[in-house]
Amino acid sequence: MIVGAITTSHVPAIGGAIARGRQNDPYWKPFFDGYVAVHEWLAEAKPDVAIVIYNDHGLNFFLDKMPTFAIGAADNYSNADEGWGLPVSRPVEGDAALSWRLIESLVAQEFDVTTCQEMLVDHAFGIPLQLCWPDSSPPPVRTIPISINTVQHPLPTPARCFKLGQAIGRAIQADPSDARVVVIGTGGLSHQLDGERAGFINKPFDLMCLEKLVSEPEALLEYSTHDLVRLAGSQGVELLMWIAARGALLGDVRQAHRHYHVPVSNTAAGVLVLENPSAPALASHLA
Amino acid sequence: MGKTQTDSEIFGTTIFDGEQARKGYAINRMCYSLNAAANRTAFLRDQDAYCERYGLTQQQTEAVRSGKVLAMIEAGGNAYYLAKLAGTLGLDMQDIGAQQTGVTVEEFKARLAAAGH
Repeated sequence: MIVGAITTSHVPAIGGAIARGRQNDPYWKPFFDGYVAVHEWLAEAKPDVAIVIYNDHGLNFFLDKMPTFAIGAADNYSNADEGWGLPVSRPVEGDAALSWRLIESLVAQEFDVTTCQEMLVDHAFGIPLQLCWPDSSPPPVRTIPISINTVQHPLPTPARCFKLGQAIGRAIQADPSDARVVVIGTGGLSHQLDGERAGFINKPFDLMCLEKLVSEPEALLEYSTHDLVRLAGSQGVELLMWIAARGALLGDVRQAHRHYHVPVSNTAAGVLVLENPSAPALASHLA
Repeated sequence: MGKTQTDSEIFGTTIFDGEQARKGYAINRMCYSLNAAANRTAFLRDQDAYCERYGLTQQQTEAVRSGKVLAMIEAGGNAYYLAKLAGTLGLDMQDIGAQQTGVTVEEFKARLAAAGH
């Protein structure tokens, strides 16, 4: 069963701050304070598995082969040098059996994902786990990484990413295991690193998205990916991962926590915890 | 589809699409190689030779030599890969942001902070 979703920023500088123990510095405290409620929620929700939907930043994938959607199917996942000085984090446990059941279901639901028995996971996968479980490295969950291409346009649309999330939700609903699953979507919120518009942040748009993600995600599905670039910045398109994670929550959704802080590095940082108190019965939702 | 039908230009923004991906393949491949520490050392030892090894065009090599991110983007560079080059050169995202927008790093940071108000 899916116990809920956590969507969070994954800015590399957060990893640097954690590595240097700067969580209580005046610059960082307002950001890290936003995760106390996440820890409390996780202590109650007690997930066994984290499906982490993130975007690879040129660690595992290059432009030679760029899958739109890729899923890990391994028993463990390693991080590696990303080139800019972040310490390499410890390998995390996978759940290959559940990965393959998820793959079977996704392809049956017409999401023809790229399957990866080896997959290096970058900061966009690892930093959210560090934020969620700061006292536990590696985190006390088995993981399944799912990567969405945000490097090279055309990117999948918000509507497509939402449907991917729904397909993940249905797959977990129908899964015979009793694993408690949290879906983590990482990236965003608004930011742009490149071009004369570098430093672009759009607080009103971010706050609107945070609102709609809870109660009316359909409102975000009309946007094109170019709209997202315009409104959230070149890398603000990472909102796609939040939309996918939200899609995985079927039935009633309740906000357990929300936090928003500007800036972290060049980015508007946000975190949202969504509960899934009444997921519908599984049979009627199978594709 | 979408609320905005056009792909009209967005100020100061290059959409990294198929055209850019073709144009920038060599410079991005070179930047991608900088994930490895030994390659970063080799790059810093002789930037021009390293660019030549990866088959960068003259425009790309000159852009790298200039250290100007906007020139690298013009030559097909992608932000996610250029970030590795920036890291190799010891620059952070505020350094890069200031350089591209023509302000000091302090001014750039002040802009970011102001965006939160």
